Amino acid sequence: MRRRDFFAALGGGIVVLLVDDSDAQEAGGGARRGFNEPAPTALSAWLHIGETGLVTVYTGKVEVGQNSRTALTQAAAEELRAPVESIRLVMGDTALTPFDMGTFGSMTTPRMGPQIRKAAATAREMLVDLASQRWMVARSAITVANGRVTAGSRSAGFGELSNGQKLTRTIPTSAALVPAADWKVSGTSVPKVNGREIVTGAHKYAYDIRRPGMQFGKVLYPPSYGATLVSFDGSEAENLTGVKVVREGNFAGLTAPDPLTAEKALGVLKAEWKELTAEADSKDVYAYFRRTAQNAPPAAAQPPVTYTIAYIAHVPLEPRAAVAEWEGEKLTVWTGTQRPFGVRSELSTHFKMSEDQVHVLMPDTGSGYGGKHTGDAALEAARLAKAVGKPVQRNWTREEEMTWAYFRPGGVIDVSARLNPDGTIAEWEFHNYNSGPSGLQTPYAIANKREQYHPSRTPLRQSSYRGLAATANHFARECYMDELAHTAKLDPLEFRLKNIQDDRLRAVLVAAADKFGWRSRQKTAGHGFGLAAGLEKGGYIATCAEVSVTNGVVKVLRAATSFECGAIVNPEHLSNQVEGALVMGIGGALFEHIQFAGNRILNPRLSLYRVPRFNDMPRIDCVLIDRKDIPSAGAGETPIVGIAPAIGNAIFDATGQRLRSMPLAPKGIQNS
Amino acid sequence: MARVISRVTELDVNGARRRLDADPERTLLSVLRDDLDLTGTKFGCGEGQCAACTVLIDGVPTRSCLTKVGSLAGKKIVTIEGLAPEGKLHPVQEAFLEADAMQCGWCTPGMILGAVGLLRRTPHPSESEIINGMNGHICRCGTYPRVIAAIRSAAGKGGRV
Repeated sequence: MRRRDFFAALGGGIVVLLVDDSDAQEAGGGARRGFNEPAPTALSAWLHIGETGLVTVYTGKVEVGQNSRTALTQAAAEELRAPVESIRLVMGDTALTPFDMGTFGSMTTPRMGPQIRKAAATAREMLVDLASQRWMVARSAITVANGRVTAGSRSAGFGELSNGQKLTRTIPTSAALVPAADWKVSGTSVPKVNGREIVTGAHKYAYDIRRPGMQFGKVLYPPSYGATLVSFDGSEAENLTGVKVVREGNFAGLTAPDPLTAEKALGVLKAEWKELTAEADSKDVYAYFRRTAQNAPPAAAQPPVTYTIAYIAHVPLEPRAAVAEWEGEKLTVWTGTQRPFGVRSELSTHFKMSEDQVHVLMPDTGSGYGGKHTGDAALEAARLAKAVGKPVQRNWTREEEMTWAYFRPGGVIDVSARLNPDGTIAEWEFHNYNSGPSGLQTPYAIANKREQYHPSRTPLRQSSYRGLAATANHFARECYMDELAHTAKLDPLEFRLKNIQDDRLRAVLVAAADKFGWRSRQKTAGHGFGLAAGLEKGGYIATCAEVSVTNGVVKVLRAATSFECGAIVNPEHLSNQVEGALVMGIGGALFEHIQFAGNRILNPRLSLYRVPRFNDMPRIDCVLIDRKDIPSAGAGETPIVGIAPAIGNAIFDATGQRLRSMPLAPKGIQNS
Repeated sequence: MARVISRVTELDVNGARRRLDADPERTLLSVLRDDLDLTGTKFGCGEGQCAACTVLIDGVPTRSCLTKVGSLAGKKIVTIEGLAPEGKLHPVQEAFLEADAMQCGWCTPGMILGAVGLLRRTPHPSESEIINGMNGHICRCGTYPRVIAAIRSAAGKGGRV
């Protein structure tokens, strides 16, 4: 939306446009822009105070369950000194919100939080200016509190002051903000702002969008990855009432007036495919990673220990979904994505149209975990809708979600080290094949180290996942730290403390160990204790776990986890994220793995792919460390990295078996 | 010979008789969402593994993705939209809000109806009864400990429906 359009759409009031040069640079890469489009305006948050006093904040960030909507509302409320209820956030709507790269990398809290604070602080000062002029009193005599501006006996709501005026201010990024130590709204457990819509079922997710005349779309996928369509016959499907078949090269699909007809029609499409020979399956993929690695390293000085990490699926409980609607040359798409502007770009590129003609709306979505960066369902819906001339819904099934989305990369990690006689680490060598560079670097104080990521070929489509490769790298590193502690005959906690110089890392490790009762733990048969620590994306994590191994069955009995990410924005929601990440991490640690062969996924259903359930839960103790002196970092990802190595180390403690593959025990543990 | 299939023309949903015209082989989930615009009931897997689609049928939590709409004559169906009829939240809904027992919220309607059904059968469940009773429900965001806390807190107040 252009500035001049703002007041036309919203009526009068105060508008604050935040200029952020750093964001403009990051966003300005030409590849993401459509043809002949100007560079994105360097605005990263807009704020409007309407004549009724309603505050609306516009941000390109999105809500996928991490409670960014609540946290950013708190940020605006804090600086405006207005009730949380008076603030509304418009998120991830490409026609209304400023350009944003996407909601990933735990950047909403450290990047967007301060920007919204600055916009809100500027609006507050504009209100003070207005009151000062209207009442002819000094600015210093004016206070703003609880959504009202007051000077002596005079008092006015925000809307009264801005009434009938159209005021715009563009601000630099240097506006002064309330320090965390003085926060009154941020830093408190404000409840989820749209929680009532969730518990009543009123919230409309992308999967729930219905449009007049909307058709239900299906896509005919190949039997295996990379197959090409050789022959196609949709005539039998077209005989079904209301069914329209669409074929564009390798893309074949249909629409129908109801979902059952769509499903039946899909079943009678006739197609022949030319399939490709698979390069690897889930059993030999680790050798494949090594074989196809770039810049493979020379032999390590010490013989390495090898860890492997399986491909896993995000399994967002709301599968990918989109509704597309064309009005002449204009396309509107509702879809669940972490990158609405990226999806807009995908659509405008595919249809060779200006980005101005594409409107992507992102309703708060049924989770993503890094799995919803692309616009697959949106593009399918838009292609079908264009072909049939009606709005089309393209809601993926679970099996489609677990086959045609993308996966967390699998990987191989080689680690080796040499210890000094005093138990400090003299040399460290660490090589990650394929899974990624996040969290590659050891947080321990080691003078001589070599840490490398070696990209490989991948047989599956792979991309982002909560924490990215930090989970794999922490798993290998923290399990190997346990191996070294064992070699050095030192307690795993003492061994780590001996090698830590970072005070924040030490603080979380000690906090988790104390909460867990690490030093007073009592070893009994079949029980084991393990711990792990690390840091990533500005967050520090330590996790202790107790497991039992009974007849080969591993059960995580309890876990204590400590997390520190600077000044806490919302303690309850942070605790929820830390617990939730730990719970999700149990799946990847113990049993989640995508099995594939012949370019096919063998377990793309929840009956074949186990995710954590109620009875997998340990007792969880969560210790949050609030550092008001440190800017808030994101918290949605890093708390996942500690649990897998903590469990692996606890299994070793219980059984003497060193398990070096994630998942650790998909079918239990043999020989225990 | 074409078989004569009697269409489903009426369902008792949330205390009201709803008129419709549906193939009896269609799932209750699809009819609720696509014909009656009751989208609070969620699709998660289509094979009864996740319980996001849970509704109450004559008070019993039931997977609507596996329930053919032709099997529901004379049955009373309650969806999440029917749990707070006059805008007053059910104690289980209140308890979920109080315990922050959600993140993305996709599993929440099914969780809440599963919990209402559990508390009807077992008004004061132990922790292991909650775990066993709710184990069919998946929360991928991992809010299980909070759901357990919410159910404990709602215990004794949850049998209204």
